[in-house]
Parts: sequence; C-alpha cells; structure tokens
Amino acid sequence: MARLIKTEKEVEGRYSEQWVVVEEDALEQWPEGPLRTVGRPATRVDGLARARGEARYTQDIQLPGMLHAAVLRSPHARARVKQIDLTPASELAGVRGAVGPGELDVLTDEPNYEGEAVAAVVADTADHARAALEEISIEWEVLEPLLDVDQALARESFLSDPKLYERGDIERGFAEADVVVEAEYRTQSVLHNALETHQTICEWEGETVNVYTSTQWLWGVRDEVAAAFDLPKDKVRVICRFMGGGFGAKGSAGDYTMIAAELARRTGRPVHCRLDRREENVNSGNRNPTIQKLRLGARSDGILTALSADYVCLLGWDGWLPPTAGPVQMLYACDNVRTVEYGVRLNSPPMDAFRAPGFVEGTFGLECALDELAAKLDLDPLELRRRNHADHDPLDERPFSGKQLMECYRRAEPHWERRHEVHARADGPWKHGVGIATQLWYGGGGPPSYAWVRLAGDGTATVLTAMQDIGTGTRTAMAQIAAEELGLPVERVTVELGDTAHGPYAVVSGGSSTTPSMGPAVRAAAGDVARQIREIAAQRFDVEERVLSLAEGKVINADGGSWLLEEITGLLEDGQILGKGARGPNPAGMRVMTYGIQVAEVAVDVETGEVVVERIYAVHDIGRVINPLGAESQIEGGIIQAIGHSLSEQRLLDPRSGKVLTRTLDAYKLPTIADVPEIVSELVDVPDAHLTNLGSKGLGEPPIVPTAAAIANAIRDATGADVRSLPITREEMLGALHEADERRRVPERVGAAPA
Amino acid sequence: MVVELTINGNAYELEAPVGRTLAEVLRLDLGLTGTKIACGEGHCGACTVQLDGVPVLSCITLVHTVGDREVTTIEGLREHPLVEAFVEADATQCGFCTPGQIVTASALLAANASPSDDEIRHAMAGNLCRCGTYPKIERAIHTVAGDGGGS
Ligand code: FES
Ligand code: FES
Repeated sequence: MARLIKTEKEVEGRYSEQWVVVEEDALEQWPEGPLRTVGRPATRVDGLARARGEARYTQDIQLPGMLHAAVLRSPHARARVKQIDLTPASELAGVRGAVGPGELDVLTDEPNYEGEAVAAVVADTADHARAALEEISIEWEVLEPLLDVDQALARESFLSDPKLYERGDIERGFAEADVVVEAEYRTQSVLHNALETHQTICEWEGETVNVYTSTQWLWGVRDEVAAAFDLPKDKVRVICRFMGGGFGAKGSAGDYTMIAAELARRTGRPVHCRLDRREENVNSGNRNPTIQKLRLGARSDGILTALSADYVCLLGWDGWLPPTAGPVQMLYACDNVRTVEYGVRLNSPPMDAFRAPGFVEGTFGLECALDELAAKLDLDPLELRRRNHADHDPLDERPFSGKQLMECYRRAEPHWERRHEVHARADGPWKHGVGIATQLWYGGGGPPSYAWVRLAGDGTATVLTAMQDIGTGTRTAMAQIAAEELGLPVERVTVELGDTAHGPYAVVSGGSSTTPSMGPAVRAAAGDVARQIREIAAQRFDVEERVLSLAEGKVINADGGSWLLEEITGLLEDGQILGKGARGPNPAGMRVMTYGIQVAEVAVDVETGEVVVERIYAVHDIGRVINPLGAESQIEGGIIQAIGHSLSEQRLLDPRSGKVLTRTLDAYKLPTIADVPEIVSELVDVPDAHLTNLGSKGLGEPPIVPTAAAIANAIRDATGADVRSLPITREEMLGALHEADERRRVPERVGAAPA
Repeated sequence: MVVELTINGNAYELEAPVGRTLAEVLRLDLGLTGTKIACGEGHCGACTVQLDGVPVLSCITLVHTVGDREVTTIEGLREHPLVEAFVEADATQCGFCTPGQIVTASALLAANASPSDDEIRHAMAGNLCRCGTYPKIERAIHTVAGDGGGS
C-alpha cells in the first residue's frame, strides 16, 4: 500500500522536510559481505563506449540545422550598461538572432561580477557567433566593486543572515580547559574544471522543448526551464546520457541553457550554447574561499571541553552558505560548542557546490587545529581522536544510523605507525612526516527516487530511471543491484538513464546521494519483477511460490530442481514482466553520515619549500559497497583532487578589478599523472542496518574531505611548521618554516594560553 | 581550400577554410567525435590524435599543415588492446579525457614496449584527467606492456 509520510531530506548538508509517498519496502537487507554480483569488482558497463570514443556527450551532439550561441559577458566586476545596441551584430552574415538585457531573466545590464551574462547572439557557426559579439555596440559605466572582505564585513554585505550555533556553555568549556589552541586558517577558491564544459543544446518541437545538457540533475533543469518559459513541467524533456564531469558545478540549468532555449524558440532551430574553457573558469561556479578562526580547549587527558569557530565564507555575488561549521559541530563529542558562519557577498563570481562543500574547508581547519592541540598535550593525534569519538550525534543526541569510525581508526593504525620508519628517511634538506585527519560527511540520500525494471522474453532485464551517470559509475552499480536481485549475470542487465522522457524521477547526482537514493529503488523494482517471476513459475510448474528462488539465470526449486529463466519468460514471447520501485524513507530519528580517516606521508624540502605527497592511505565507512573497483576509483579521484586543492590549485582574482586571472588550464594548475602518490585504500563494507533495503551510502565526496588536513599535519610532523593556509605553495611553506624557526628561538611556555 | 587527408587508413578530400583546425574537421565535418575538445587551446590533451604515430593536439593543429602525414584518431584505435585494458583497470570515469589518454598511451607503447613508471608519467603528463583516473591509467598501460604492473 502507498503510504504518505513526512521525511527529512538532506542535500549537501541542507535539510528540509517533505511529504513523500512510499511503497511498503518488503525487502530485507541482503546479508553482509560480497554477494554474487553486489560487493564484487565490476568493470563499467559503459566503459567500452567511453574508451572507444563512441559515447556521445552533449558536446558531440549535432542536430540538423543546429545553430551556435555565444554570450557577451561582463568584462567588469561591477558596472552598468549605459547603452547597448545589438543591431550591428545581428546584421552580420551568418548571424540568426540576438538577445539582450530585459529580454531574458539571465541577462542583465547591471552586472555584479565579471562574467555575468549581458547579451547573446546565435549564428551558423560558433566562430561566427563569437565574432559577432565583438560587433555589439556597448557603453559601460564602470563601478567600484566590493572585493575587500573587511570592508564587506564592515558593511554587512551578506548573502544570508549569519548563522549562529551554540550548545552548552562555551565560556565554562574554556574555563575547564587545561590547554587551549587558537589559530586562523584560510582556504582558497578552487575551480571545478570538469573536462566537458557547461553546455546545452535546445530544440523546440511545438510546445515541447528538448534540452540536451551536461548536467548532474535532469529534473532540476526540467523544473528551471519549465518555470522560466512558463511551460508544464513535462513539456520540457531533458537528456544527458553521457556526461563529462561536474563535481558539483552542474546542479542547475545555468544561463547557457536559458539562452539556448530562448534563441532556439526565436529561430525555430536547435541552438547549442557552450562555455569555452575561459568562460568555464570565470563563470561556472567555484569553491568559495574561507577565513576560519578556531579556538579549541581540552583537558590534559585530551577530552575536548570547548570548540569555538568563526567562519567567513567569501561566496561571491550569489550562491548559498555551505555547512562549513559541520565538522566542528558534529565530528567530536564536545559539550560546549559555538560557531558563527558569515556568507559574505562580494563582486566576484558566485560559488557553487564543489565536492563536499563546506566540509572540505571546515575539516581542514578543525583537523589541523586538533593536531596542534595534540602537540601541546603531547598526546598521540590518533589517540586524541579516539578519546573524543562521538557515540551519538552531538547536534541533538540522535543515534547515528551506522558508524564504523572506530573500525576505520583501527585499520589506519599500522599506516600511522609507519611514521617511525618514514622519519628515518630524512635526507639532507628533505624531511619526511606522517599526518592523519578524520572524515565526516553526509551521504545518506533519500526519497523521492524511482526505478522501473522490465524483463523481456529472452530473459534480459532493462532498468529504466531518469538518473544520470556523471562518471561515478552509477550505471554499473545499478546494473549490479538489479542483477543481484534477479539472479542474473550483470551482462544480462541494461541500464537506460539520462532522459526524463524515458523513466521516472530520480535524485540529483550530488551530495553523495545517487547510490543510496537510487540503489534501493532499483532493488525494489527488480524485487517486484522477481516476485512476479516466482508467481508465474509457481503456476506454470505447479509448485509453491515460497520454495522458489532466483540465481544464475534460473528459477531454483528448494528440492534442487531448476528451470532456466527463459523457460518462464519465454512463455510470454514479446510480453514483458514489469516492476516498479521507490526509495523508502530514511530511518526516523537517526543521523545518517559517512566516516573515514586518511593517513598522508609527505616529504618537504626545507630549503626550497617544495612539498611532495608520497603516500595516502584511506579507509572509509560508507555502509555496503556495491562495486569495490568503481569505489576504489572514486577514492583515488577524490584524493587526487584534494592534492590539487592542497598544493597547487588556486583561482586568483585581481584584487583591484575583481577579474579572474587563472582562466586557462595553463594558468590554473590541475594535478597531472606525475603528481600522484601511492594511494592505498579500503572500505569497511558493513551495511548500515537501518538504512534502506541496501544499507549503502554515497562515496562521491568522502574521500576529498580529510586529505588537505592530513597533508598539513604530515608537514608539521616532518618539519614542526604549521601550515594554515591553502594551497601550500612554496612561499606558504617557507613562511611557515620561518615562523617555526622563530618559535624555536623564543620558546613558549608549555601550557600556552591561559585557560 | 581543398585538403586531402588520410585518417585511420581512409582517404578524405574536403573543403576547409584557412584557419580550420584538425579537431574541427574531425569532429564537425567528419563526425569523428571520439576526439574531444576540453580547452581548445593546447593545455589539456583531450583532443590528442597521432600524425604518423606522433601524438599532437588537434585543437591547435591547423588542418592545412597536416600534409601527407597519416592521422590516427581514437576511432582508428578501437581494437587496440589499450581500450580493453582501460576498461578492465577502470581507467575511465566520466570518460571525457579517455580517448586522448589512449591515443597518447598507444604512441608511447609503440615507441617503448615496456615503459617504466617514470616514462609513463613523463609521456602522459600532458593529458589531464579531472576525475583522477591516473593510477588506473598507469595500471592499464602496464597491463598492455605485459610487465604486470609498476615498480
Ligand atoms: S582540447 Fe586540445 S589541448 Fe585541450
Ligand atoms: S575520466 Fe573524467 S576527465 Fe578523465
């Protein structure tokens, strides 16, 4: 029976309550450990298509008669258009239309950051369109941008109200502390730089618009386009079968989609609007910089008595306040906590979610400060973390739905113990060290999410759901889940996704929510089919349904006999067995999180400031693992992005003009294959007993969370220097070494700041 | 201006204006979209093809400079053992960089049948992968080289 319930929904740490209708979830969780297909390494079902260059990404789609749009973006961080005339551009040969401020919501004549869209032209080729932009006659009044964070704070230029959180009595907490650590940490802005840039092709068919777009969320784009063009939602069809990376920045429709839709409507032809790499680096979102002031108090036995943190998040002109205080609030048991988060609005390009937004930044500050505390307490950093383990959610005393963090700590122990031999590697100016950091993040997913499964007469199954595979391997994971439930080899399952017209509603591929949201729905749909197969077989062969099970492509009778699945489905010839499944609710009154710890080994050249990451060990708890091979890739990918975040990546803004200086992949330093250390990873792989019929959580984000802090802590272990600002460039490193030298010369009193 | 090309063993003759890049001809004129464009300015390697076996960036190669050199794209390497090896090693996540990676790696293996880790890193450093498949790429190349993995 369908049940109407109110459930808590979480995406990237943002909670909301919503009504959902859930079907009774009749399926028990599978037993722990690798099964026939689930829990065993599977190569990607779409791997060949991608590797052979057959997979068609949005960028590869060429529709007959397709035109190309180019966008005039503000060259100024803050300005007003005094006069604009599109005519000279529209009159050029090959140009088919133009649109300016006042004609479309995403176009403005008062841009508030560099790159904000002002006008667009559409032409026969992308070159024609770009050339035509040059001909638009425009007169600017350039205004003074607000770029200085102190000034912004003084003027209270906030995107939303500052967020205050308090529990216990922070003053009493510090009074009870034997040791206090106080420090400021800074993190930089980094750019997503997915290799496929943001882009959309729109094509109208009567009252329907087909939107081919590189997106992490088909349904979100559908809703935005429907609202913008005042269409019934299902008159917008959104398609993305192969997607070239998102990392958080492709969660919404974007100006390029609206521009393509409008120009396609006007010209009656398909229109492609594609950001080039330079636009991508200015205008497609970024991880916002933070300034963090932390104060930690602990008793001499290491028990935390007070945590206080002020976060200034430089969001840019738009966006939202990510949960930067999350780790301080939730990672450790501490009675007295106070956090304030300011979301500062500046005339710089808007932030967007970037793989574990907020927690990456917040974990860097907290986990570095914790090691500084451990040093003062002369306590083993791993032991300090164990002593402050949160047995239940410190926010509201809720039980955690499943938490294997202590097991992660136990498995990390031998890697942490390597530090003695690592120290011994010191050679000339090269010092070696080991550091750890703990990971906490969401990743439980939630309803609504649906899937259908159809089983054909030849005994092959197709999973239909309008979700996306953004490169995380969800197609493969869904195929494994359906195969497991149907007792089929994975080769006999096809997953059709990426089209809102071909399958039911699915969750955003963000917030590590895809597998935990979609997996249970797919399993339920396959379970629905499996039940029908047993019912049909029972009637056909005159046996009791409860003695039948599905395995190895057969229906197996408890007495040992079996029939090939095709013997049953074949009866129907072209008839199909159809199943549907919905994601059930999250466990009421429980907090669902993911956990882990990473151990970094680094080498630092104390003369030049060069830092080399030599090894990362990672262990995470994400409940049941569906595909260990894909999971390992996710972990490696997250860690490699984190190494870029830690050491080389940084969006540079000109402090006076607010223009982005790092616009190319030459100027913006992504990690290359030569920057990759040895990465050793494992997953605890114990299903979360309370979470859905699967017990699985998401893994997209956890691996990127603790790496930067682990690296900084390893640097302290190697050199005694406190690096508190990302990225750890040579300059930053040499500065920290210099400070450490100074400190050694003027020894501090042990016990430091008075409590 | 007419240009004659040999691509993956097939001869083509087509009209291309001066300034047209090889990548544009491959992708837009011939529909060979396995070659990807990620930066269009020579910084990422996604558009890598081979000219007489040498990896070049097709986004900054003008089609009229190709001459009689043989063009090999991912479409011409679909049966190369690296393709299977990339899938087996899980060296493709979003896959957008993958064709370029395979084109570069196949040129490496043709020149050096069993490259060391350092040689692989040197040869592949111009092919960016934002998803971070690098460890798996190394593994895939080693498998094909038949040396069973790196040092
Ligand atoms: S697309 Fe040619 S190097 Fe980036
Ligand atoms: S697999 Fe996504 S960029 Fe390499």
